[in-house]
Amino acid sequence: MIEAKNITKTYTLGGDEVHALDGVNLKINDGEMVSIMGPSGSGKSTLMAILGCLDTPTSGDYFVDDQPVAKLKENQLAYLRAHKIGFVFQQFNLLPRTSALENVMLPLTYDGTKMKDRIARAETALEIVGLKERMQHHPNQLSGGQQQRVAIARALVNDPAILLADEPTGNLDSKTGAEIMALFQDLHAKKKQTVIYVTHDSFIARHTNRIIHLMDGKVVHDEINKKPIKAGTERPDDLLFYLNGNGNGNGNGTKEKQK
Amino acid sequence: MSILNNIRIAIRALRSNMLRSSLTVLGIVIGVAAVVALLSIGRGATQGITSQVEGMGTNLVTISSARRFGPGGSSSEGSLLYSDYEAIISKVDNIAGIAPYYQSQETVSTTNKSSTYSVIGVTTSYEDVTLQTIDVGRFFTSEDGLTKARVAVIGSDVSTDLFEGLNPIGRTIKINNADFEVIGVLASKGTSGFMSGDSNVLIPLETGYSKVFGTRAKSNGKNTLSGISISAVDAESVNGVISRTETVLRSQHGLGLNDDLGFTVSSQAQMLSSLSSISDTLTSFLGAIAGISLLVGGIGIMNITLVSVTERTREIGLRKAVGAPRKAILFQFLVETVTLSLIGGVLGIALGAAIAGIFTFLGLIEAAVTADVLLLSFSFSALIGLFFGLYPAWQASKLSPIEALRYE
Repeated sequence: MIEAKNITKTYTLGGDEVHALDGVNLKINDGEMVSIMGPSGSGKSTLMAILGCLDTPTSGDYFVDDQPVAKLKENQLAYLRAHKIGFVFQQFNLLPRTSALENVMLPLTYDGTKMKDRIARAETALEIVGLKERMQHHPNQLSGGQQQRVAIARALVNDPAILLADEPTGNLDSKTGAEIMALFQDLHAKKKQTVIYVTHDSFIARHTNRIIHLMDGKVVHDEINKKPIKAGTERPDDLLFYLNGNGNGNGNGTKEKQK
Repeated sequence: MSILNNIRIAIRALRSNMLRSSLTVLGIVIGVAAVVALLSIGRGATQGITSQVEGMGTNLVTISSARRFGPGGSSSEGSLLYSDYEAIISKVDNIAGIAPYYQSQETVSTTNKSSTYSVIGVTTSYEDVTLQTIDVGRFFTSEDGLTKARVAVIGSDVSTDLFEGLNPIGRTIKINNADFEVIGVLASKGTSGFMSGDSNVLIPLETGYSKVFGTRAKSNGKNTLSGISISAVDAESVNGVISRTETVLRSQHGLGLNDDLGFTVSSQAQMLSSLSSISDTLTSFLGAIAGISLLVGGIGIMNITLVSVTERTREIGLRKAVGAPRKAILFQFLVETVTLSLIGGVLGIALGAAIAGIFTFLGLIEAAVTADVLLLSFSFSALIGLFFGLYPAWQASKLSPIEALRYE
């Protein structure tokens, strides 16, 4: 279980104070599949960094399995990341010129796993994402979808309590994206892993059971999505779909490119 | 995080940029090779000089008419005279042998060859005092001096140069156009360099004064000497011989206690220590110059690693995101730089030893490649890698994972 209590994050940009997060409260139980949704600048990247223990809040409290995190030092955060958190990024972030297997083994280098166990665990993780037979391939020999599967295997390999995915389908075509969504839904169903999806895309967000809407650094709406979309469903052109489903988002449904 | 694991990561990273890594290593190789080669050659030179000086005899005291280093000694009142030699014989005790000599560069020729050698006028005692031995023929007798006989004893190199393997005994050489008969050849001392006797031509001193050296060997009509070699009866009496000799020379030349003597009276031990101190200084000087190139190589490592840190910002961010603590990143880059410098160190030692070996092979200097030189350069190169890797590695380790992951 993770819990954020009145989290704020303030940056100073050219002398001005920017409140990226402005009193965020949320609680996510084990085994939930949640989307954090909001337009660019809503603070969702900042929130993800804090939830993923990459950063600490300016004020407020954050608990991972009842352990207070907000005041931890850099190396203690690294320890938490090594043991409790798995990341999947939009850019995959695989090490080039390194085999899929060794990419997946990377987190085990830092969590104290014995050398002889690393390979076995990485192979299992690759089997889960369906890439066992390609484990000696290098990233440049894999398609985008396959690369993202390797990245998911890497996120799974240390059995994290929380799987954090930042726009994981953002760099993929819609068919491959749907496959990746299906993989997440499958993982969630089978392994009861907590999955937190960060996205600006309400169609993607509606694949999860709960959608937390973020705007200007505040949680503006926290809705239960009783009927999550099954991965593979065609993206509807119907504008009403977004209006009904998402009263606060940037509901135009177009793929807004970040950067 | 095992060290082995880190070394594997480092070698993979270095291999993925083979050309760049090789060029960086080359900088270290050149530096280490220069240090090893110069120190070995320097050591070899020192040892060579030491053995040459030791080969001249243990109880040797030398008087030379010029101060050993620096100008002076050529004025008439500063000249070492033949009468000084006679005074020393009668007034200084504990002398086992004394050999006065006059040395000058002269043209020596046979019918078809001509070259310039050190021609030394000596007395019969020269052979014993300077530990020369005769290889072929005989040395001078006192009769040769008394009769001003035109006879010569030549060094082994002179024999080879002028007679090309023919037996020189009984043959004639011309020294300053005066005919001399070769009566003996000195055994080679097997050393090269400035103190070898192998390229000297010896003649009786009296013959030299009347037939070869002429007015150059005269000062106010008196015969002068280039130097006197004295062998003391034992090592303990060496210092007594030196001080007594100085006293005699002062009274001979009418000098007070505080006047500059104008001669150098020194024992072989003093000479040895001053020579090897010069040689040591030279060696450390050369080593320091080589060290500078090693330093430049180290800066090369730092430069390349800084570039590598920038290039691999996202990798660093990712490693941190999956749980790498600061010290793991620091260690990873340090292992890379130390690996680079150690590879450079090993190759540099091999190259340096090879260069030293070539010097030895060519007979220039018997280079001494000693374990301490190798150990010194090896550990120095490791330290270079560590020192110059520290800053880039520290830079890498302090990157924020969020910013590093966003880095384009």
